[in-house]
Amino acid sequence: MRFVFKRSYDADINLFKHKPQAMWYLALLALVVALPWLLDEFFLGEATNVLIWAIAGMGLMLLVGHSGQASLGHAAFMAVGCYANVIMLERGVPFILSLPLSGVIAGFAGVIVALPVLRLHGIYLAIATLAVSVLTEDFIVIAEPWTGGVVGLVAPPIDVFGLEIDRYGTPTEFYFLCLIVTLVVLAGYRNLLRAPLGRAFVAMRDSEISAQAMGVNIRRTKATAFGLSCAATGLAGALLGHYAGAFNHETFNLVLSIQLLLMIVIGGLGSIHGAFFGAILIGFLPQFIAISRDGISSAFGLGSVTIPGIESGVFALILIGFILFEPMGIYGRWVKIRTYFELFPFYRKDMFKRQKSYLKTERMR
Amino acid sequence: MSLLTLENVTLRFGGLVAVDNVSFHVGEGEVFSLVGPNGAGKSTIFNLISRFYDPAEGDIRFKQNSILNMNSDQVPSLGIARTFQNIELFEQSTVLQNLLVGRHRHRKTGLMAELFFAPKVRDEERRHREVVEEVIDFLELQAYRDKYIAGLPYGVRKVVELARALASEPKILLLDEPASGLSVEETQDMIFWVEDIKKQMGITVLMVEHDMNLVAAVSDRVLALADGKELAIGTASEVQSHPAVIEAYLGTGERIGDDA
Repeated sequence: MRFVFKRSYDADINLFKHKPQAMWYLALLALVVALPWLLDEFFLGEATNVLIWAIAGMGLMLLVGHSGQASLGHAAFMAVGCYANVIMLERGVPFILSLPLSGVIAGFAGVIVALPVLRLHGIYLAIATLAVSVLTEDFIVIAEPWTGGVVGLVAPPIDVFGLEIDRYGTPTEFYFLCLIVTLVVLAGYRNLLRAPLGRAFVAMRDSEISAQAMGVNIRRTKATAFGLSCAATGLAGALLGHYAGAFNHETFNLVLSIQLLLMIVIGGLGSIHGAFFGAILIGFLPQFIAISRDGISSAFGLGSVTIPGIESGVFALILIGFILFEPMGIYGRWVKIRTYFELFPFYRKDMFKRQKSYLKTERMR
Repeated sequence: MSLLTLENVTLRFGGLVAVDNVSFHVGEGEVFSLVGPNGAGKSTIFNLISRFYDPAEGDIRFKQNSILNMNSDQVPSLGIARTFQNIELFEQSTVLQNLLVGRHRHRKTGLMAELFFAPKVRDEERRHREVVEEVIDFLELQAYRDKYIAGLPYGVRKVVELARALASEPKILLLDEPASGLSVEETQDMIFWVEDIKKQMGITVLMVEHDMNLVAAVSDRVLALADGKELAIGTASEVQSHPAVIEAYLGTGERIGDDA
């Protein structure tokens, strides 16, 4: 158990609670930076994939986990970011501009979608965003001159001041590109959460009525949450376009939206860690299944077996398991394990039991 | 001088007249209490002042300016803070974070500054924290500063509600049943706090309360309501002994079978 003696208010404002914590995260950063020299090309590609998932996950976590707004349509904003980026690249905009701009465009798209659906809550909001996702898919097909329709587009190689970045040609450079974007989004996210706007998001999630009574403009705050969330998701979409190489409307179908949502639920709603844990799980799960399937079939001499839908099946089982046994997700489990060792031997089983919440004021509108 | 004025305010929900032509004014530095049986329209008046409801008729003025053209999220910027009858705290946040949300009306930094956590954001955070710490000292919440609301007992939550409203440095504080569900000792604390809020901090208080001990101990004036109508206004003892008030609470005193 560690006791932190706070000597100034800055102790609660700083990014890290105490020096050892900062050291741990620094060690993690060092490990992540060293990954290209530790992993072979295939696994480095998978790690890049995890980073892209994590960026999108942070985007959705801000909206669902911290602002309490459901979205089943985030694949649409990944698509907006992805297409915006490649369309700009094709028209000669340098990548150094097109990437941030694709985030900005996706962010504005998010605000535009948010404005009419702001009054909706919970399941209704989920359905509205679902509709946006479906519509976007159709729109991509219709807007053929720009998007290439069902054929899709091919992401051109990235050129940053003469440095060529390509998923297959220079995987290390592409990995670092994704890492930098991840760190930038992460820094902005962390800063937001310790500033008034981040607190307003959380306030809005827990009690809209009293957030309003404290002076939080609910409409504007919701629109901001949507905008920031979609901007991060759009950045992830732009990177995904380069990662996938070629893409069309089917890359950004409904399944992707659902995967994104499941990712943050399994990771642990309401924490940035959750977005990363979920990304690691969702990024490595297909490879894990493929590798273990090959292992099993070769061990029993079955030759190569393909089981259609096994990925979704395993994924669903994991999700059901988490909802039943660990609603706080992987991050929640991690906090419990950590607390167990910190307090050893005084950890009690019911320590994290949900407290009964008291009656809420009836909703006034 | 009158800080808050309600003038002939009427609110109807369909056929039900929840607030019927109510007028009163709260003077600066005063503790003004609203009492009355359940359904009298006391909390509805609070929700009218908070602009959650639009009155059908009448006007609500703060320092002579009508607030009816404002949205509910603009009302706090005038210096009107409120608590809720059925605690509306941010459950998954700590006490400290809850109180800092109370500071939201003093937010001066924009989105971009906050994304980069510019030095002025840090300065502002320190300033917010200083005010919040004063409130924590005043209400003796030190032990709970970093505790999550979800794990706090009811009595403490009530105090945190009061603290969050105070953290916004209001001119007028609207307390919706501050003592409901509190123990005798906690109610006693509440009496001292309301007195200190009035005398030390110079904050005007408008209060809805059923506990007549608390009302009598702190109120300068009391307004009794029943079925949305004004019954009586005056000091606590005047109102308590007013025949219309006694009737509203206890009935007319005509016993069944008197004529037999």
